[in-house]
Amino acid sequence: MDKKLERLRINLPHAGGNLQLKNPVLTASGTFGYGLEYTPYGNLTELGGIVTKGLSLKPRPGNPMPRIAETSCGMLNAIGLQNCGVEEFLKNCLPKLPVLDLPVIANIYAHSLDDFAELSGILADAPGLAGLEVNISCPNVSCGGVLFGQNPREAARVTEAVKKKAKKLPVIVKLSPNVTDITEIAKACAEAGADMLSCINTLTGMAVDLVKRRPLLANITGGLSGPAIKPVALRCVWQVARAVNIPVIGIGGISSAEDALEFIMAGAYAVQIGTANFRRPDRAFTLVREIADLMDKLDIENLESFRGSLQV
Amino acid sequence: MPANINTLTVVDLVPFGLEREHGGFYALRLSRPNWADWTPGQFVMIRPETWGPELPWARPLSICMLSADLILFFQIVGRGSKRLAELRHGDKVQVVGPLGTGFQVEKDTPTLLLAGGMGIVPFVGYVQRHPGPNALSLLFGHRAPLEYYPFEHFDDKVEARHFHEAGPEDLTLFLNTVDERVASYAARNGLVLACGPLPFLRAVQGMCLKHKARAQLSLESRMACGAGACLGCVVKPLLDEASGRNRSAQDIPEQMHKGLPVPTCTCGPVFWADSIDLKD
Repeated sequence: MDKKLERLRINLPHAGGNLQLKNPVLTASGTFGYGLEYTPYGNLTELGGIVTKGLSLKPRPGNPMPRIAETSCGMLNAIGLQNCGVEEFLKNCLPKLPVLDLPVIANIYAHSLDDFAELSGILADAPGLAGLEVNISCPNVSCGGVLFGQNPREAARVTEAVKKKAKKLPVIVKLSPNVTDITEIAKACAEAGADMLSCINTLTGMAVDLVKRRPLLANITGGLSGPAIKPVALRCVWQVARAVNIPVIGIGGISSAEDALEFIMAGAYAVQIGTANFRRPDRAFTLVREIADLMDKLDIENLESFRGSLQV
Repeated sequence: MPANINTLTVVDLVPFGLEREHGGFYALRLSRPNWADWTPGQFVMIRPETWGPELPWARPLSICMLSADLILFFQIVGRGSKRLAELRHGDKVQVVGPLGTGFQVEKDTPTLLLAGGMGIVPFVGYVQRHPGPNALSLLFGHRAPLEYYPFEHFDDKVEARHFHEAGPEDLTLFLNTVDERVASYAARNGLVLACGPLPFLRAVQGMCLKHKARAQLSLESRMACGAGACLGCVVKPLLDEASGRNRSAQDIPEQMHKGLPVPTCTCGPVFWADSIDLKD
């Protein structure tokens, strides 16, 4: 690795040690498959890490079509957490990923505390996994995550359930912006033992067809992502980073090196690239060097000292 | 840059037919990509470099033809294709591809091509590249006048018939003709290939299953990633017992055996007609 990229290394301290990343560029759950889908477009080991498509105990077929709609500066999705299930992931996906040189974080989703615990227990023993990201906020499945993520006590209970089973794996709780005060939920998760927080998940939205008088998504509502939500995400990261003493990972409309450094300046340790992967499938890969170049231009010595340097 | 991402230059954009009547049919000619190979039926994800965050997705377009240039063909259907129609000579366009599965090519097999509307586009390249075009014949159903489509490419190469759908009775005539021809190709162990809007493909699928024709359908779908990751363009696999499948299972992508919906962008867009469930 050349010297320039060396400066992008970061450590995310947690109870069980340090999550070390080559650079702050992670890929966001649901936008990068299980990683293997993007091997035609870049070398996965050049990324800071990947976060998998949300995994559940059993395979899930997801929502009816149509599931996606492009909106101004963003997109809505109501995929409904279609995934192959944890067993298939461990058997056929994880072994194909270069885990020795690529932190792989499994995003997990469940309907109950028991299922969250069981899923965490299974993944805790998975060879090569670098961490768990807990989806407590997906707005698409009405009987599930949204309830956990909108209530501080429920969010804390999920965090505890996962932590108990996760062994040494760092547990990242992914927060929903669809709440009155995100810092309340953030503090509850941190107190319950979360090692890190990632924010934000999508904002609940809707798009309609004026001529057909029908919603564009079969699910009627969906999660809004992309550049449209960046200001909301930046606000949330800034608030949460000030409210807790654990690392925060920024997500929400990050498409450029400028976006990434803005989130780090607001207090994020790392960032996740989501909808921007759709704009161009090598986006996460090319972003790494662009961040290093921009650091040169702005005289940023290292990310450690730059983090949280926003003057207010 | 990965080999499957090319930055191409717009050579020209040629409107087809009389724009004011039916609106926006265009042939988009781009500089030649560095592809090692491609198969008709495959597609590209295209996004002009001038597009800002307003349009976050690239757009999937079927490959029409590759010669000295790459030729794509599109109709204005929304804000993305409307912006594509503003492209000018010299503009730079990011092109990811060739993506997905292509149509089956069998040199001496009688092959029936069924196109509905813009579904004619991949067959231009199919006919151009086929090693035995004498074995091909085309039925083309269309709503806009014929000059809006790249139909002239077929005239001298294959037996081609077109049906202008001005009213419901025209559609009935077209579909009846398709049904008869599917039956006759099935009886000869021929191959049937279809591309067009979903209602048309549903009708064709029904006929192919009824006559037990070996058939492939090319699906059109809204797509975000084109990489099999977002799961926004999925289709349900048809389980064996429902399809009455008479072919070997290895023709079907491995992912389809697991029963979950599969992405059209990577497992398709061309599927065996008895491998997918097109019901709502």
